[in-house]
Amino acid sequence: MRKVFACALFLLLATWMTTARSDLVISKVDRRIDLTSHIVRVLSTLKVENAGRVVVSEILLAIPNMQAKNLANLKAFYNEGKGKGSAINLPVAEVHPEGMPRELSFYSISLHEGLEKGKSLTVNVLSIFTHSLQPFPEEISQSDVQLVVYQDSAYYVSPYEVKSQSLNVLLPGGRVESYTKHPSGKLVDSEIKYGPYEKLPPFSYSPIVLHFENNNPFVVAQELVREIEVSHWGSIQITEHYNLAHKGATNKGGFSRLDYQSRSYMGGRSSLRQLIARLPPRAHSIYYRDDIGNISTSHLWGDSRKTQLEIEPRFPIFGGWRTSFTIGYSLPLQDFLFVSEGNRFLNITFGCPMDEVVIDDLIVKVVLPEGSKEVSVSVPFHTKQWHETKYSHLDIIGRPVVALEKNNVVPEHNTYFQVHYKFNNLSLLWEPLMLISGFLLLFVACIAYMHADLSISKSSASYIAKLQWDEVQATVQQVQNVIRRCLSAHEKLETSLQDLSRTGDVHSCKATRKIADGLLKELSKELKPLMGFLQSSPQAAQIWPKVEELVAKEKEMQEKLMQKHVAVVDCFEKKYSGREIENRVAPYQQKLSALKQEVDDLLDYIDEI
Amino acid sequence: MVAPVEPKPGGTLRNAFGGVLGFFILLLIGVLAFSIRLFSVIKYESVIHEFDPYFNYRVTQFLTKNGIYEFWNWFDDRTWYPLGRVIGGTVYPGLTLTAGTMWWILNSLNIPLSVETVCVFTAPVFSAFAAWATYFLTKEVKGIGSGLTAATLLALVPSYISRSVAGSYDNEAVAIFALIFTFFLYIKTLNTGSLFYATLNALSYFYMVCSWGGYTFIINLIPMHALLCIVTGRYSSRLYIAYAPLVVLGTLLAALVPVVGFNAVMTSEHFASFLVFIIIHVVAFVYFIKGILSPKMFKVAITLVLTVGIAVCIAVIAILVALVASSPTKGWSGRSLSLLDPTYASKYIPIIASVSEHQPPTWPSYFMDINILAFLVPAGIIACFLPLSDASSFVVLYLVTSVYFSGVMVRLMLVLAPAACILSGIALSEAFDVLTRSVKLQLVKLLEGPLSNAGDTKDENSTAQNDVLKADKQVATNNKTEDVKERPSKKNRKKDKENTEKAPVKSHNEKRLLALPLEASAIAIILLVVLGSLYVIHCVWAAAEAYSAPSIVLTSRSHDGLHVFDDFREAYAWLRHNTEADDKVASWWDYGYQTTAMANRTVIVDNNTWNNTHIATVGTAMSSPEKPAWEIFNSLDVKYVLVVFGGLVGYPSDDINKFLWMVRIGGGVFPHIKEPDYLRDGQYRIDAQATPTMLNCLMYKLSYYRFVETDGKGFDRVRRTEIGKKHFKLSHFEEVFTTHHWMVRIYKLKPPKNRMKGKTKKPKPTSKPLSGARRDGSTKKNPWQ
Repeated sequence: MRKVFACALFLLLATWMTTARSDLVISKVDRRIDLTSHIVRVLSTLKVENAGRVVVSEILLAIPNMQAKNLANLKAFYNEGKGKGSAINLPVAEVHPEGMPRELSFYSISLHEGLEKGKSLTVNVLSIFTHSLQPFPEEISQSDVQLVVYQDSAYYVSPYEVKSQSLNVLLPGGRVESYTKHPSGKLVDSEIKYGPYEKLPPFSYSPIVLHFENNNPFVVAQELVREIEVSHWGSIQITEHYNLAHKGATNKGGFSRLDYQSRSYMGGRSSLRQLIARLPPRAHSIYYRDDIGNISTSHLWGDSRKTQLEIEPRFPIFGGWRTSFTIGYSLPLQDFLFVSEGNRFLNITFGCPMDEVVIDDLIVKVVLPEGSKEVSVSVPFHTKQWHETKYSHLDIIGRPVVALEKNNVVPEHNTYFQVHYKFNNLSLLWEPLMLISGFLLLFVACIAYMHADLSISKSSASYIAKLQWDEVQATVQQVQNVIRRCLSAHEKLETSLQDLSRTGDVHSCKATRKIADGLLKELSKELKPLMGFLQSSPQAAQIWPKVEELVAKEKEMQEKLMQKHVAVVDCFEKKYSGREIENRVAPYQQKLSALKQEVDDLLDYIDEI
Repeated sequence: MVAPVEPKPGGTLRNAFGGVLGFFILLLIGVLAFSIRLFSVIKYESVIHEFDPYFNYRVTQFLTKNGIYEFWNWFDDRTWYPLGRVIGGTVYPGLTLTAGTMWWILNSLNIPLSVETVCVFTAPVFSAFAAWATYFLTKEVKGIGSGLTAATLLALVPSYISRSVAGSYDNEAVAIFALIFTFFLYIKTLNTGSLFYATLNALSYFYMVCSWGGYTFIINLIPMHALLCIVTGRYSSRLYIAYAPLVVLGTLLAALVPVVGFNAVMTSEHFASFLVFIIIHVVAFVYFIKGILSPKMFKVAITLVLTVGIAVCIAVIAILVALVASSPTKGWSGRSLSLLDPTYASKYIPIIASVSEHQPPTWPSYFMDINILAFLVPAGIIACFLPLSDASSFVVLYLVTSVYFSGVMVRLMLVLAPAACILSGIALSEAFDVLTRSVKLQLVKLLEGPLSNAGDTKDENSTAQNDVLKADKQVATNNKTEDVKERPSKKNRKKDKENTEKAPVKSHNEKRLLALPLEASAIAIILLVVLGSLYVIHCVWAAAEAYSAPSIVLTSRSHDGLHVFDDFREAYAWLRHNTEADDKVASWWDYGYQTTAMANRTVIVDNNTWNNTHIATVGTAMSSPEKPAWEIFNSLDVKYVLVVFGGLVGYPSDDINKFLWMVRIGGGVFPHIKEPDYLRDGQYRIDAQATPTMLNCLMYKLSYYRFVETDGKGFDRVRRTEIGKKHFKLSHFEEVFTTHHWMVRIYKLKPPKNRMKGKTKKPKPTSKPLSGARRDGSTKKNPWQ
């Protein structure tokens, strides 16, 4: 119905608008429509002749609105010189000229140099359309092939008169259900040819409908957010969040893994099994995950010119199914960031790195380091732009973010764009310094806390008690020292006895005893004030009996030792036998060791307090 | 295994050095505890594990997105359809609040970590904290050396690792820390008698209540210990300060947690603490009276009070018993009852019994989970009795009770682990202490001996020394026997006794008793080191191999390398992206949490298992033939049915293996499902010998639909048999998705037919409340009757 209507409309138009712009004449048009993937690429080669008198500097292109709403990219270029000259792009802009039919959208190609009278020029126009292949039937089961319908005009729609034209439609191969044969269409292999047609007036239109098999997965990223984060520490991190859908014929009647795995001829030929992302060379730290974790089905290989990441979604994606995932990778900074005249600029690709993916809504965010200034962007096509601030690792003022948004993006948009900004290298040190000073402050605070006296009241009972307790402890320490010195004196005496048993030198032994005696007396004198203090101090009440006991035991030990010493020396003087000496000394010895044990225990006990 | 840093006269520098050394050792223990739990991240990925963690993760996400107030009021309509669940009031919020706070702090410092990352690493971080808490607890009991040893053991103990690897985001992860820390603060209060620590103790107890249902262990163990102290005549004001504030403050705080609420005073689990609370006050009062009365008057008072008191007590107890007995479960919850009576669950609550972690453990699992600690623990107990202090008696009591509980449920092995670590730490440290000291002594003797004997032919010196030694030993034994006699004597003598008993162990720089021969102690040290390294090897192995699998990703090693089975997430991702946002998915309750968290779809039942009837309904549907099952599911508004099937790749914990529990639980509520119908001669089988009921039930059909076409025979690799019914068609369900290895299969309910042949039947609206379904049930033969 729609087709019939459009057809009638354009026939009407064609008769109505014959005299529009006749300065220019298109002498020859070759159109090639590439339908092998789900992106429609139309390459028209126009040979334009100036038949008027004045110099013409723009050429108008007309595209029916129905197609124009799906237009993703329109590029015009001509080749310098004959044959293999370098292609020179011409600027194309949408225009709304007066008095033209509303059913057409117009685009004007501006020529660098005007086309003079009688001269001709060959211009190539590449127009790319998305969402132009309609699946028909709209629902297929897993084993069915995917059939699509494509509509266009057999004639080149142009505001100018077209002298000669032809159209080739390239199909992906396989079955061709039907195609419009009316104006001399014929199918050769997987190519349908229309034309040649001669001398057609402006706005000629003859609808054609092609219905053919196209088993490509119609991969459409409904939303893709690319975040490019520049770190001056040496890398660029790119994170891409995909929201992917298969926009081909919808799957009906469920999915059978059995058919999919064992019978590949009937198991989902149009399903999306894998995607290949071509990443720049030296990409590293690559990951592929989604909301619920890592996806393990991916392969990576690369050489010095490219890195290739082959990813499989968690499940094969049939028509109408969706999925979402994230891939991320890091790139070396020096490959993409350059310095010119004190300015830095980032030169990086715009679109998604995957083959044959249509992106409905692409948002590219470039996150520049904290402290970047005077940010500007140059993109080779029109995008929506705005600025944001992002807070990341220890930021204080935040990082400037340039966001670019573009709808209907095709792989041809995957070109380089530049972000210029100014950045002071010293800003790099800001965050490490902040960390260092943070830790420094922490340690200083710890030290201050350890040394500060944080008691609320200096005159409170518990505070005073604590001070007194410290004093008591110091005193007890002193007492212990004295006792230890006593004990060492005891040891000296013992060794002197051993010497005696070896050498029999009674005199030196006696001398030692005298010295030790003196020393011990002195020590007990030293002990007195300490003991006095402990006795008087209320805090020491707990420890006092122990200390007292300790001192008493030590005294007793001293006495016993002296007695033993005297006894031994006596025996030696009287030349008793070894056995006799032992007998005499034995009681002392036993007492002594018991006492020593007790003294040690007491010392330990006091130590613990 | 570090020798205690001993105070020495004039050794302040040495003390400081020891302090710094100890600090660094603690730091390293923390790092060790954290890093040994990262195997799961390294071997697999940073992902949430298993089932319950997914729920906690989802709750945390909600908390971080919507804030705390929304969280308390959260009514979750994604689960238990059509009942829903009040999450804020039925969840222990400790873990989620902890992780949420951590995430909030990190984000306010502009450190952009995702909620998932924070959740994954919460457990390792808290196990480092738990190791430190163990250090403090053991230090209070037996000193720094034991503390460090115990902390090291705890950092590595497999039982705890199994619950706290990175990604195991479960309540236990923080609860074990809270448990140990609460015990530490209790002991600290008991040792110092400081109200400050008592308050901290109550707060820590509050945190524990927030975190885990296992808090009842604390509130029963501490009263038991207090009672033990009172009975053994160790009552002191310190005990009072440690106990009374905990009960009062702790109960008040616990009642603030919505999930506990009035249970803190109403259920039997808490009664022990109140009883002991009364007892301790009576005892305190008696001590007070004793202080102000003369002994004679005191006796009179005692007889007076005893007669009145006993009468009152009997009356109160009678009332209590009557109250408790009037409630059906005697005031105990099912899980607690199955703790007291291990056979309770299998008899009455199949849903508790069906969980593998609620089964009693086997002996090998003890060796697996605590390894050599099982042998060191007795030595630790002995060390705790030399001398027995309040703190060490607590540790022994803790161990004994937790051994009992671990014997009832595998899950509670986790509570045993810290106790085992503490006691083994004490044992190891004491053993090293004795051995290294004797080595030191013997070495000194060896070096000194020849010098002093140089000029002597008689070797008198050494004999003299031996005599000294002998005498010393005699004295020591004398002392000990005296002490033994004195044991029940007065309290103030206890200190002396402890002192004399401790002295032989503690003393140093003296040539005295307990000096073992050099060779023996050297060999013993080597053996202990070997034992310790065996433990470390076992723990690392357990952490790396046994306990790190996230269970949602499976791997298998074959000759051609590592093979990854990521089927669960494949299915959940499919559900998430390719079904309507409010579709209902029915599956066995095991997969409920994962489905809500990963697929973001509404489920009928989940791992919370709070409504047995609802689970029984799903169980009944799974065990019914296709048509009644379709009716049940349709009445529940279910659109998709998810089953887990391991028969193709040999994944043993699939739904067919769990099927008998579905039958049992379903049959428990709907008697027309009878377990014997599914068993052939008492045997569960799915081969040609299986019963027709089995071969026609929904679970069988959904699992084996078109399975025979894979290999032509239908050989089930889990059951190792060919399936019984091979070729069949589904009439009420259609397959919509099957994962790569067939581990998850998703079926869609076919829409109801417009016209029914023969019978007149009104077409069902898709959304129908439960009550409507029940009304319908009266006319049809379905389980709602």
